Amino acid sequence: RRRRKVLEKLKEAVDERKKLIATLRGKPWPMRKKLESQVFVEKYEGALGKGRGRRLYAYKVMMRKVRALAYFYAFFILCLKYSGHFGSSVASYFLFLRWMYGINMILFSLTFGLVMVPEALMARPYGSIPRKTVPREEQANAMDFAVLWDFGGYAKYSVLFYGYYNNQRAIGWLKFRMPLSYFLVGVGTVAYSYMVVIRTMARNAKEDGGGDDTSFNFSWKIFTSWDYLIGNTETADNKFASITTSFKEAIVEEQESRKDDNIHLTRFLRVLANFLVLCCLAGSGYLIYFVVRRSQKFALEGLDNYGWWERNEVNMVMSLLGMFCPMLFDVISTLENYHPRIALQWQLGRIFALFLGNLYTFIIALMDQINLKRAEEEKVKFNMTIWQANLYNGTLPENSTAIPIMVDPADVPRGPCWETMVGQEFVRLIISDTMTTYITLLIGDFLRAVLVRFLNHCWCWDLEYGFPSYSEFDVSGNVLGLIFNQGMIWMGAFYAPCLPALNLLRLHVSMYLQCWAVMCCNVPQERVFKASGSNNFYMAMLLVILFLSTLPAIYTIVSIPPSFDCGPFSGKSRMFDVIQETLETDFPAWFGKVFSYASNPGLVLPFLLLMVLAIYYLHSTSKTYKHANLELKKKLQALREKTVLSSDTARNKMSLQTPREKETELNAELCVIQCNTITIRYNTINKISAAYNSMLI
Amino acid sequence: MGATASKLPKDQLSEYQVTNLTGYIYLIELFSRAHKRFNELLEREDRQQIGGSRVPMNKILTLPELKSNPFRRRICQVFSTSDLRDGSLSFEDFLDLLSAFSDSATLEIKSHYAFRIFDFDDDGTLDTGDLEKLVNCLTGEMDNTRLTSEEMKQLINNILEESDIDKDGTVNLSEFQHVISRSPDFVSSFKIVL
Repeated sequence: RRRRKVLEKLKEAVDERKKLIATLRGKPWPMRKKLESQVFVEKYEGALGKGRGRRLYAYKVMMRKVRALAYFYAFFILCLKYSGHFGSSVASYFLFLRWMYGINMILFSLTFGLVMVPEALMARPYGSIPRKTVPREEQANAMDFAVLWDFGGYAKYSVLFYGYYNNQRAIGWLKFRMPLSYFLVGVGTVAYSYMVVIRTMARNAKEDGGGDDTSFNFSWKIFTSWDYLIGNTETADNKFASITTSFKEAIVEEQESRKDDNIHLTRFLRVLANFLVLCCLAGSGYLIYFVVRRSQKFALEGLDNYGWWERNEVNMVMSLLGMFCPMLFDVISTLENYHPRIALQWQLGRIFALFLGNLYTFIIALMDQINLKRAEEEKVKFNMTIWQANLYNGTLPENSTAIPIMVDPADVPRGPCWETMVGQEFVRLIISDTMTTYITLLIGDFLRAVLVRFLNHCWCWDLEYGFPSYSEFDVSGNVLGLIFNQGMIWMGAFYAPCLPALNLLRLHVSMYLQCWAVMCCNVPQERVFKASGSNNFYMAMLLVILFLSTLPAIYTIVSIPPSFDCGPFSGKSRMFDVIQETLETDFPAWFGKVFSYASNPGLVLPFLLLMVLAIYYLHSTSKTYKHANLELKKKLQALREKTVLSSDTARNKMSLQTPREKETELNAELCVIQCNTITIRYNTINKISAAYNSMLI
Repeated sequence: MGATASKLPKDQLSEYQVTNLTGYIYLIELFSRAHKRFNELLEREDRQQIGGSRVPMNKILTLPELKSNPFRRRICQVFSTSDLRDGSLSFEDFLDLLSAFSDSATLEIKSHYAFRIFDFDDDGTLDTGDLEKLVNCLTGEMDNTRLTSEEMKQLINNILEESDIDKDGTVNLSEFQHVISRSPDFVSSFKIVL
């Protein structure tokens, strides 16, 4: 009976400890105390016969291991550590890059696994049908590096582009529905991207919660302004300077009311600045249009007469505009005299408008080219009938779909495949954009740093502090560049399935290159301002870009008929007819009937109306909830202040002590865990860590 | 004691799961890095006995993560459990430091340690002297970046007006935590990655 009493007492002690452990996470105790509690529970839990918890624990640990591996943690920590030296804004750029990489990985696996691989493995091989063969005229230089770099020749007639795919409904022994898969993957990539962006926005919005408070301005400045990730003396000095300036500014603002003298001059200057920016935007849009027209003229006259610049004029002009116009906007914005955060938002807005304008001008020019190609296609179709007639020497068979005479696929006259042309244009644009970025990085950052460092000894003025000095790492510019590149990928991925793979490679190289550039050649920014308090600013931009870049693709899918002799949809009148076809042939009859009822406008319009009403209702309820939230917050704050007032400092000290007192009581009942045990454990951990170290190296 | 030494490494490391570090490999990697860095700071003869030896404060301050931090001395003093109160850290204290500054430490832990770091005279409250030293730390050591005495007085008045709820002229832990809990930047800036 005595034994039972002891066991009961022990059980109580263990339960007490367990309760303690549940709250241990939130307690600012030194590690030793926490260790002792945990060790106590595990030691005596075994005695009480409860070993199952441990197995579950080991399983949880294993799962975390798998998850940790999947996050490329080693590289991520490296990047974080390096970029952390410059403060948390640069670190946030690399986090954003890593997140983009994750999205592109999924897009790549979808396009690679469900589109490229089945066509490469199960469909007819290269050379078997006309669309899969390089035409006779081009075969002479199809393997040239210049042609391949331009994505012509063998690169054009491969799984990388739309034109290679056959329109056979089911291929291989799996009866894989290739055209359906192509269409669904195209739709699926867009849907997945929407889902991920919106989910991330929702998560960020949840974490935010009430950051729009200004009641503790000074206290926050003094308690939270230091960034503990800074590990670099220069950044620290800059941070000191910016903190001092912000203190002084805040004090001055608090002391006297701002007298807005010369408000008319400021307003006039701002209007002038906006006018200049609009001129800039219009000018760049016109330049792109002009250049694209010129390239069409070149194409009509045959590209062989012209050198490298004429061939790549459009892409180079777009990239150069993207590089120089933001600098121009920066100079113009000095006229405006805004608060730095607001000036940054204006700058970002203008760069956004510039990129958007350029992209859409490019697309309009592309549409012109598509129309040209379609007119050419009509001519080719006409010539095709004449050519077939010649084949049969005048005897035209009634059913002209099959050619009984064996003709080499390379000799069949080919239609101009506008879809492949679109895909090629996007791929070329991305490549030239990437090259421009890397070359700017190498010249603008690396070469500049080298020059400043080595020429400083023999130059009249101090190169490091005056012009040109080292370049800063422009976080917002780089994030915008990343967002727009992703927009181009979304636009072109339907016509060039190789684009996600290309982007993945590009992001990988970018990560390492920019990490190196940040560490080696950049100095931290002088005034670090975030464009907004939350990450949702860039997410919202990404969402807008996603929407705007899927519009052209959707337009071309819905309104332009596919080419007659290339791609998985050839022969159909519209690309989405593949859905209709699948419903008719692969599903039972009643399914098709239900679908046709559902797509009746008489049903769709009321449904849309219902959705609009639902959105309005949800919006108004969310407004009410936000209002109620604010009221509750105010009440909570008043309550907290009352609690703080009513509790003494002495009582606070007491509440920290009580668990300690309880603990010493428990300690007195157990075997005291000596320091030696911990030392022994540390030694084993030493060995493990050394082993893992050697493994990782 | 013999039984504990022969346990599998996985079980031992799982104990440390309690202290806010997540991810098995992240855990081991963090350990090996912390262990390596701590090792480098120890004298050669102490390296075998890592459990008991302490690294003096001037060596801790050479770590690049702490080198440019204006509060580095206070951080060492707060996390040190040495009886001599000389700011020296044992390996356990070092892990405590990393744990408090890690990503997964809660707001309560961070604000508790922040309060202790800012409390220069260790009296449990932030009074005018503490706040003055705090502002001087933040504005850097150069003379041209310091605030004048009027500006300092004005600043401290403003701070006490905002945070001192019971109007006793000092900021105690509850008031400090009340202010910090509303701040959006605190958790993300109060972070050290090794």
